[in-house]
Amino acid sequence: MRHRARGEHIIRFDSVGLRYGLGPEVLQDITFKLPAGSFHFLTGASGAGKSSLLRLMYLGLRPTRGRVVMFDKDIAQTRRYELPALRRRIGVVFQDFRLLDHLSALDNVALPLRVRGVKESEVQKHVPELLSWVGLADHLKAKPSTLSGGQKQRVAIARAVIGRPDLLVADEPTGNVDDHIAMRLMYLFEELNKLGTTIVIATHNQALVGRFDHPRLHIEHGMVAKVE
Amino acid sequence: MLGRHSDLPLKGDATSRFLPWLVALMTFLAAVAVAGVFALGGLIARWDHDVSGTLTVQVEPVAGENGDALTEERVRDAVDLMRRVPGVTAAHALDKTQTLALLEPWLGSTEVVRDLPLPRLIDVTVDPNRVVDLAEVSDVLARKVPGASLDDHRVWLSRLINLSRTIEWLAIGIVALIGTVTSATVVYATRTGLAVHHGLIEVLHLIGAQDDYIARQFADRAFALAFAGGLLGLGMAVPALTAIGWAAHRLEGGFLPQLSLPLTGFVAIGLLPLGAAVLAMVTARLTVHAALARLP
Ligand SMILES: Nc1ncnc2c1ncn2[C@@H]1O[C@H](COP(=O)(O)OP(=O)(O)OP(=O)(O)O)[C@@H](O)[C@H]1O
Ligand SMILES: [Mg+2]
Repeated sequence: MRHRARGEHIIRFDSVGLRYGLGPEVLQDITFKLPAGSFHFLTGASGAGKSSLLRLMYLGLRPTRGRVVMFDKDIAQTRRYELPALRRRIGVVFQDFRLLDHLSALDNVALPLRVRGVKESEVQKHVPELLSWVGLADHLKAKPSTLSGGQKQRVAIARAVIGRPDLLVADEPTGNVDDHIAMRLMYLFEELNKLGTTIVIATHNQALVGRFDHPRLHIEHGMVAKVE
Repeated sequence: MLGRHSDLPLKGDATSRFLPWLVALMTFLAAVAVAGVFALGGLIARWDHDVSGTLTVQVEPVAGENGDALTEERVRDAVDLMRRVPGVTAAHALDKTQTLALLEPWLGSTEVVRDLPLPRLIDVTVDPNRVVDLAEVSDVLARKVPGASLDDHRVWLSRLINLSRTIEWLAIGIVALIGTVTSATVVYATRTGLAVHHGLIEVLHLIGAQDDYIARQFADRAFALAFAGGLLGLGMAVPALTAIGWAAHRLEGGFLPQLSLPLTGFVAIGLLPLGAAVLAMVTARLTVHAALARLP
């Protein structure tokens, strides 16, 4: 496991603003810091900008203004060829999963390892292990189109965590599943967090947020209010 | 290379259907052009050899009073002029006795022909390693020295060489053009592939794939498709070239010396499929890199 001291900040946003094209500022003056090993919920009304904020965190977008610092690296100052190494430290569960339809569950989850050039023997060992752990041992060869919404979600989560990321960013990871599965997934995230992974989960499931004792980042009017 | 891992479903793309055929056609055309370049090159080398070495300049005798003196002056002018031509190492006039000696086998008794108005001859030695544009020299000679002319056959050959050189360059230009067209097609096909698979590529990018990880998948695919097309084109070109060679062989005995392809020509044509494949691979790779540079 990579060197990682608890208490150091994994994410720092300074007066970050974001607009899409010539549109209005979706996010304005976002300032916050997340310590390594923390667990945060990201809440806000639909359209408030949760997905946009996560996109900035997983380096899928650059801010239109302000400073984003990830793993102590100012993203604006970072060379392009250094970004993939940073992205590999971040696991992402997309709101719409974004699984590759032509690949099996196993190959989808294997992607982050293959991208890193991990040996095929290692891939064939770790991926089925993780898929069994999320209850998909019988679906290794299944294409995403043959899986239920909840199963797809678990494949997406497995893909996000297979590379043992330092930061896990999940966009509505419990959106498509019943309460029972939602709780199981939450316990999976709790486990990962105990192993040291910093976690940010966007959700508007208030019941879920209430059941866990984690601080909240709440977005309203393009601003972030930290609610402990 | 062909069995390497790929995450993108490039095999099903429309590119797979048209690119090999296009490359096949291009390889066929390139093979014909390359064969032309080498066959002409061989022809030119042989003609060059025929033209090099020694040449002869003839100066018509001037009739009438002072004729001999005037002729002598023109011969001197012609010798001077020839000596100044780059590539000419020596030029000297044969005197009347030497000329008569040359003619003796045909004309017999020299006493009788001594008074005939014989043309004067100038022996010119040319550096065998230099190419002298005889057509040009001939023109200058005719303009500057009245009654002087250069060996006809050689001038004609020299003109033919110039023409062949032009055609040779044209053929080389055509090969370059074929390469450009192939490259442009690969750029277009790759851009289409990038657009079709935009979503998947973005996922790979966000997962932490280096640009080259994605570019390599396109490059491998382009290589495989172009190589297959190149082999197909080569398969079409070989019988076509054989037929042309056979036809030329039957024509032979006429003014065309043997029109044959040297070994290097065969090697060059044999390497065309590989050349096309490498060109396609490099083009695809650069295209993907250029496109990905726009992602955050
Ligand atoms: N690619 C885009 N181009 C232009 N505008 C966008 C884009 N993505 C999001 N937006 C706009 O940005 C605002 C915030 O969107 P975002 O998806 O971040 O909200 P959200 O909080 O995730 O909403 P939800 O809870 O419904 O997922 C919205 O007004 C949306 O219209
Ligand atoms: Mg959203």
